[in-house]
Amino acid sequence: MKDKVLKVFKENTMLIVLVLVVLFFNVMTNGTMLLPSQFNALITQNAYVYVLATGMLMCMLTGGNIDLSCGSFVCFVGVIGAKVMVNMKASTPVGILVMLLIGVIYGCVLGFVIAYINIPPWIATLAGFLALRGWGIALMHGASNISPLPKEFCAMFTGKMNDLFGGPRIGGVQYNMTSIVAGLIASVIVVLLLFRSRSAKLKKGYEADSLVKVIVKCVLIDFVIMLFAYKFSLAGGIPYALIWVAVIVLIYSFITSKTDVGRYFYTIGGNAEATRLSGIDTKRIMFLAYLNMAVLTVISAFLTMSRFSAANSTAGTNYEMDAISACVVGGVSAYGGSGTVFGMIVGATLIGVINLGMSLMGIDANWQKVVKGVVLLGAVVFEILNNKKNAVR
Amino acid sequence: MGNILLEMKNITKEFPGVKALDNVNLKVEQGEIHALVGENGAGKSTLMNVLSGIYPYGSYTGDIVYNGEVCQFQKIKDSEEKGIVIIHQELALIPYMSIGENMFLGNEQGSKAAIDWDKTYAEADKYLKMVGLTESSRTLIKDIGVGKQQLVEIAKALAKHAKLLILDEPTSSLNETDSKALLDLLLKFKQDGMTSIIISHKLNEVSYVADKITVIRDGSTIETLDKTVDEITEDRIIKGMVGRAMTDRFPKRENVKIGDIAMEVKDWTVYHPQFAERKVVDGVSMNVRKGEVVGIAGLMGAGRTELAMSIFGKAYGTNISGQLILDGKEVKLKNIKDAIKHKIAYVTEDRKGNGLVLTNPIKINTTLANLSELCSKHVIDQDKEYQVAEEYRDKLKTKCPTVEQNVGNLSGGNQQKVLLAKWMFANPDVLILDEPTRGIDVGAKYEIYCIINDLVAAGKSVIMISSELPEVLGMSDRIYVMNEGKMVGEMAGAEASQESIMSCILKS
Repeated sequence: MKDKVLKVFKENTMLIVLVLVVLFFNVMTNGTMLLPSQFNALITQNAYVYVLATGMLMCMLTGGNIDLSCGSFVCFVGVIGAKVMVNMKASTPVGILVMLLIGVIYGCVLGFVIAYINIPPWIATLAGFLALRGWGIALMHGASNISPLPKEFCAMFTGKMNDLFGGPRIGGVQYNMTSIVAGLIASVIVVLLLFRSRSAKLKKGYEADSLVKVIVKCVLIDFVIMLFAYKFSLAGGIPYALIWVAVIVLIYSFITSKTDVGRYFYTIGGNAEATRLSGIDTKRIMFLAYLNMAVLTVISAFLTMSRFSAANSTAGTNYEMDAISACVVGGVSAYGGSGTVFGMIVGATLIGVINLGMSLMGIDANWQKVVKGVVLLGAVVFEILNNKKNAVR
Repeated sequence: MGNILLEMKNITKEFPGVKALDNVNLKVEQGEIHALVGENGAGKSTLMNVLSGIYPYGSYTGDIVYNGEVCQFQKIKDSEEKGIVIIHQELALIPYMSIGENMFLGNEQGSKAAIDWDKTYAEADKYLKMVGLTESSRTLIKDIGVGKQQLVEIAKALAKHAKLLILDEPTSSLNETDSKALLDLLLKFKQDGMTSIIISHKLNEVSYVADKITVIRDGSTIETLDKTVDEITEDRIIKGMVGRAMTDRFPKRENVKIGDIAMEVKDWTVYHPQFAERKVVDGVSMNVRKGEVVGIAGLMGAGRTELAMSIFGKAYGTNISGQLILDGKEVKLKNIKDAIKHKIAYVTEDRKGNGLVLTNPIKINTTLANLSELCSKHVIDQDKEYQVAEEYRDKLKTKCPTVEQNVGNLSGGNQQKVLLAKWMFANPDVLILDEPTRGIDVGAKYEIYCIINDLVAAGKSVIMISSELPEVLGMSDRIYVMNEGKMVGEMAGAEASQESIMSCILKS
């Protein structure tokens, strides 16, 4: 029994740390941390991290490869988008398409250079890091931003979902029913999926998780979902940013855990030559990793631009570092081959919570950086020590 | 002789959950060559790690008496100061540094402030001469062959004033000529009074050099054979190692019908991928029939691996020319995927380097080469995958707690089985096995041979590349001999002998 408990702790250390950190900040800020508005802030301020870190995860899986250029690319593609939509007065769909197209082009170039010409990723993307920021700012001709972006554009990525049901007003507080209903639906889906997977396994005679484990899992996941749903219902509804993040995260979670292509990302990180000799086009996978990264970077640029309703010359600064930190804290191996989308979410959330908590406590921004650096290093040290202990001989 | 240099008494070492060594005793006399043999995982390397201080004093129980005093080594440096130097199986040399730099790494010559390079290289040259190398110590390690690198390791040990030399599988990556040279060097050192402990799987080498042989099985000493007292034969050693007499090291193949030609190559020529003017495989023609085991013998560097990999969907080489005929039809394979589709499998010689994903579970490794079989619209049926992995685990008798276990945690023999399972699941007609039993113990070898027999009994064709002549002779229906990129001989398995193969190579 003791072993079991220990195992659960070991497998979910970061999750437990996250809960403790949230509670810690809640105490330190006298409950401000868990106010509905902070849930909203956590998601909207960090949406770009989740999206970028998803792309970074795919790159890192292939062998600890990173993309240093994504922050600069957020700026560059934002400037282009703003020029198209503001200066040239093109419609929002055109703007979005142009930006996506540029993402695909840049991804292809980057992927080609890395996968087929064998330029080490950090060098290729370092070039992008320098050039794209410069190019983006140069295109602004001395302005520090281009604004305002069209309302329709901003509405797609910021703002909150309107209440379809007309929620009740109780004790002077407006409840958003859509949020609650969406939470309930998601909760039910989680329960159905988990139980269906278990019964399918049992039916075919395979090993499956114990009933208790499945129930505990359901309860915990549903608790988190409903907590968010409840808080958002008080904060005026589900932020659109969350929907974008949720969709992307779900898609990539599926790709990494259930599909053959996703599997190859892991095996290349584990042993590229063995994967190649198994008849898998490893170069294509590397190419896909960076193409995918560029496209997700564009989506992240949408989220960033719309939050400020502008393209800024400083947009995207240090985003690449945020994404890498989220992955690393979330247990993605810096050498490739292991890491999950779920882990990355925990890592990104942990960093987001620390940021938010420290800001609420009024801690100086420079000290915040110090704390984040320590957390990053601590997470990696912990990860490596933990792995060492588990390794046989 | 007669003086006991080293005595290890009742050494017991436990790892969490496993007793790796259980009351092991080892006595080594001054000036002898003492061989340590045993199956993989028997505890030989663990014992040597205890001796050299890699496992510090206190992490094991028992006594080490060296030169009459009880030693309590805390780290490698402690044992090296006493003259105990261990040379590990995997070479620990840095390719882009010179021989001299490597030899004095951690033992730099000169004052505290700066390294005296002239002294370093002069000293290095002195020791290189002792091991019979004529290379300048300024040569980079990457520019000399594996055989010479192994000699550099020995020279490095000598530079540390070794009195007791421990060699862990020193010949595992050497060809026959280099191995012989190395063993003769040990014999020469013996005459000068050097004491050596050699760990080896190659029993012919052990009986060639060793004065005494200690057999370890499952973490305990079984017996020590003395050349002057016992009659040492390979069968005698094997009996000690596996605990039973192995009357036949190669299982018999019965009633396997050899059919039509399954695969044939004609005039196959391959050039080196980097040095495009260098021919690595030169006009090779060969074939393999259904139900047949064809062995390819040759020295290391003969071009056998290159031949196999170039056939396997151009996985190696450039400018490949020649005909590849499968089941009577000429085919052109564009890439590895194509080769797998045409039912060819290449099982690599380097299971850790390019065969398996060590950080992934058995399950994932088993299905990697044929994952599409388990997919519908790119989605993996993971339940079925588990089932497949279980099926092959049973079939090949892979020893592991579950198929979710990471392959890196398995022993060499079991890793090899996972690698075979992976390619068997790809359902090939022609399997090219490159050194299928390298670095695995006698018991596991036998099991691999049984698997090969099952494969041909099922009508598959097997091409087996091996540097161990007894294995080639024991397993093959037909043998090709390759040297310097060319096929220099072909003979029926029954008629071939070690001598006839070697003479083919030497006369070519």
